[in-house]
Amino acid sequence: MLDKLTNTLDFHSKALVLRAERQRAIAGNIANADTPGYAARDFAFADALKDATGPSAGVAGPALASGRSDARHIPLGANPDSSASLGGSSLPRDYTVQTQPTMDGNSVDLDRERAAFADNAVRYEATLRFINGHGKTMLAAIQGQ
Amino acid sequence: MSMFSIFGISGSAVSAQSQRLNVVASNLANADAVAGPDGQPYKARQVVFQTVAMGADNAPGVRVDAITENQAPGRKVHDPVNPMADAQGYVTHSNVNAVEEMVNMISASRSYQNNVEVMNTAKTLLLKTLQIGQ
Repeated sequence: MLDKLTNTLDFHSKALVLRAERQRAIAGNIANADTPGYAARDFAFADALKDATGPSAGVAGPALASGRSDARHIPLGANPDSSASLGGSSLPRDYTVQTQPTMDGNSVDLDRERAAFADNAVRYEATLRFINGHGKTMLAAIQGQ
Repeated sequence: MSMFSIFGISGSAVSAQSQRLNVVASNLANADAVAGPDGQPYKARQVVFQTVAMGADNAPGVRVDAITENQAPGRKVHDPVNPMADAQGYVTHSNVNAVEEMVNMISASRSYQNNVEVMNTAKTLLLKTLQIGQ
């Protein structure tokens, strides 16, 4: 019952972590816009979110979560395994496609990175509002007023 | 909190770009300098940027790897009355190209602004994250 209440919240919190991660990746690209030989990196947000939420999001899968010795134990957190995989370095990063060749071998397209940064910031804020709205809805439902 | 390392990344870039601006400033200041006491004219300097892994999550920051000197010969000006003139009456000036330096300066200042903008956005987002549930 309670995991049904927090399912949406869990999804949005994972999306928020990934948005923050992508923001960091783009910030790294912008910081290295003048570094010779630097290859710009990014990741596909949709695929990463699909991986993070996984097929067993919100429900206890057949495999036992860490810290549980019996399938009937109450899981700690909705899906501790997938949230652990959200850590920065484990996330696969792709190289971005170079739009214009440069003499120093740098593949950062500053215009595109700036656009992606602004876009990602807006989407991060949108996710924040979803979480806020969800929290308010839940409170209203609990209080019944 | 991965968003906090944005300040590390952009901070390193801002510091590297300000070092580049410093080098440009000293190049422009010495653009008309003639050979010093050692007989060697000022040589234009240039920073070399390098990506450096920062923190536990290997965030791609920037650092100034080296400052190289331009080894091109200095500009020779015929000025026999100058006390620094050689036997043929030529004075060796520095090999700084003022136009190149101005372009370098604009590029550095734009990159600096870009990274400051990134830090401002990250700060706004983090502040809004702190207000979740209020």
